[in-house]
Amino acid sequence: MTTLIEAPPNDADGLLPSKSKASGGGLGTYLLIRFFLIIPTIFILVTMVFFLMRVIGDPITAAQGGRLPPDVLAQRIHDAGYDRPIIVQYLEYLGQVATGNFGTTITDRRPVVEMLATFGTATLELTINALIVALLVGIPLGLVSAYKRDKAPDAFLRFFAILCYATPVFFAGLLMKLTFSVWLGWFPVAGRASTRTELAMGSLAAPTGIYWLDALRSGNMAALGDVAAHSILPAVTLGLLTAGVFLRLVRTNVIGTLGKDYVEAGRSRGVSDFRLVTKHAYKPALIPIITVMGLQIALLLGGAVLTESTFEWKGLGYQLVQYLNARDFVAVQGIVVLLAVIVAVTNFVVDVAAALIDPRVRY
Amino acid sequence: MSAITDSGRKQPLIYRLPVISHFRTSVGLQRGMLVTGLVLTVVFLLTAVFAPVIAPYGFAQLSDASGTFPAQQPPSAAHIWGTTVSGYDVFSRVIWGAQTAAVVIIVAVVMSIFLGVALGLLSGYFGGWLDRALVVIADAIYAFPSLLLAIVMSIVISRGQSSFWGGIVACSISISVVFVPQYFRVIRAETIRLKAEPYVESAKVVGASSFRIMGRHIFKNATRTLPLIFTLNASEAILTLAGLGFLGFGIEPSSAAEWGFDLSKAINDASSGIWWTGIFPGTAIVLTVLGLTLVGESINDLNDPRLRGRRKSGSKVPGGGSDRAATAALQAEVRSS
Repeated sequence: MTTLIEAPPNDADGLLPSKSKASGGGLGTYLLIRFFLIIPTIFILVTMVFFLMRVIGDPITAAQGGRLPPDVLAQRIHDAGYDRPIIVQYLEYLGQVATGNFGTTITDRRPVVEMLATFGTATLELTINALIVALLVGIPLGLVSAYKRDKAPDAFLRFFAILCYATPVFFAGLLMKLTFSVWLGWFPVAGRASTRTELAMGSLAAPTGIYWLDALRSGNMAALGDVAAHSILPAVTLGLLTAGVFLRLVRTNVIGTLGKDYVEAGRSRGVSDFRLVTKHAYKPALIPIITVMGLQIALLLGGAVLTESTFEWKGLGYQLVQYLNARDFVAVQGIVVLLAVIVAVTNFVVDVAAALIDPRVRY
Repeated sequence: MSAITDSGRKQPLIYRLPVISHFRTSVGLQRGMLVTGLVLTVVFLLTAVFAPVIAPYGFAQLSDASGTFPAQQPPSAAHIWGTTVSGYDVFSRVIWGAQTAAVVIIVAVVMSIFLGVALGLLSGYFGGWLDRALVVIADAIYAFPSLLLAIVMSIVISRGQSSFWGGIVACSISISVVFVPQYFRVIRAETIRLKAEPYVESAKVVGASSFRIMGRHIFKNATRTLPLIFTLNASEAILTLAGLGFLGFGIEPSSAAEWGFDLSKAINDASSGIWWTGIFPGTAIVLTVLGLTLVGESINDLNDPRLRGRRKSGSKVPGGGSDRAATAALQAEVRSS
């Protein structure tokens, strides 16, 4: 990430690089190096989370201490191997994680991987919905803001962007709920779908867990409408958080490219201001946006935890809070590690995308 | 950054202080933003300091001379912003919440500046394996969802909830873990740049020790951007604190008032149409973060000649702005988001 942020994205004179395969060697090396950089990141995070969670004691005492007689507790700890030296447990854990085994949750005795798969799809759906909202709101408004620079619309939009950032997602969610669910009654208060829809979709063979897809596959229009009604408020709540960031980014970058010589040249040839913004300045300004989108994934996932709790959206974030309250640290550790891996991989994908679009990134 | 004062002549100290000099260089819309931000921030700080005087009741007070407070009471003369489900006075808890937020921000940001600056100086100055290891760790932490990190830290430190000072220290440490990498990166980059400056070299020739060079020569020059990051982080600290409180990892309601915790209780109220328990603490968070962000944004814009508004209305943007300034502005923009 760092290398990309430090590459000045503003001097995009060579806009729209032709994707010639001539520089393929440089790209290949870059991708390879970038790929291997994921490993230390994930390794550090896994290590950090493991030791931090163990500082406070073994997971079984944390979850069930006080509720079980001491000898039963000691037996359980022994059975699970938590009484061995921590370094042995750590190495074993690393081996398990490498093979995709995250252990079994303590409170409801489910394999962590299965739990992650079940709730991960819900979080994925929410995050994608939110990202769509963010892009639909952020990019056009950012263009308007840059086009009307330092005039009233710009001032208003910049204030709007700061407000998006300044409002905690759960407060935004609360306002949405109050306004659109309780007072206007347009949308349901919470959840991902009503019980009837969930039942209808549950009868599908091999449900994907992504309700949009499942509702489409069931061919039930009422179910689709129900899913849509449930997703709008959470998506807008989480999307607005990121929309402000996109708005400001688009604005800054478009203003940067608008000052470039080729834009000036276009202007001198009589290209209209509107066309200059939408055709000439817009595309090179998108490159840093793709890069920052990677950084936003971390923000989005953090926001998703709060949004899910607000709307009882049963995804990883909602589940994380449940497990945290139950002090089930094996499950918590699994969720946290998964989110860390998602962030690291997303950053990689984003870097690859940036390298494909902009050859200057590969060095 | 160096363009805070325009004239070469040295101006009186008062005009060179960060916020005051920024105010003097600002015009029009930017001055409006700065002033709005300053007013909101000052109101927040005054509320925090004078909370015991302003709040009619204590933050954990459930009854007074006339009896127990009724629960979920809409705003009335006795409770101007109503009462919560547990019977707390909403107005009093919002006021006391400012105090909690202020203390946590100050402790958290001071702690992260202290650690981040120290590590950044060491890492940038000495380089080597220590530098490489710290950079990798800082990058890993930086890429991680900050709220999750704060949650993990708060479990480790306090196992969830605790007393006023215990909770405040736990929250502050949890939050500062998120910020240390940011300060670290900025200070490290500056240190590496300054290390090559002639005056550092001459200090070495004279025989100054490494720590003296770091403390006297590099430190003062590397910390110019700190006021900016400070304000931006202060607003993020409030959001993180509220997020922790919202998820139930903040400070216990009986030991301090915390806006995020109050909002988490208000989510259920909202479903039944009770608005006063949520709107007021939520608005308090928004206004405080807004104030701090506006101050930070304005300082950022005013530091950057490319973004600073001009007193004489030249219609053209100065084209000769250096790319470094542009990059710095963009980085600040990215960081602040």
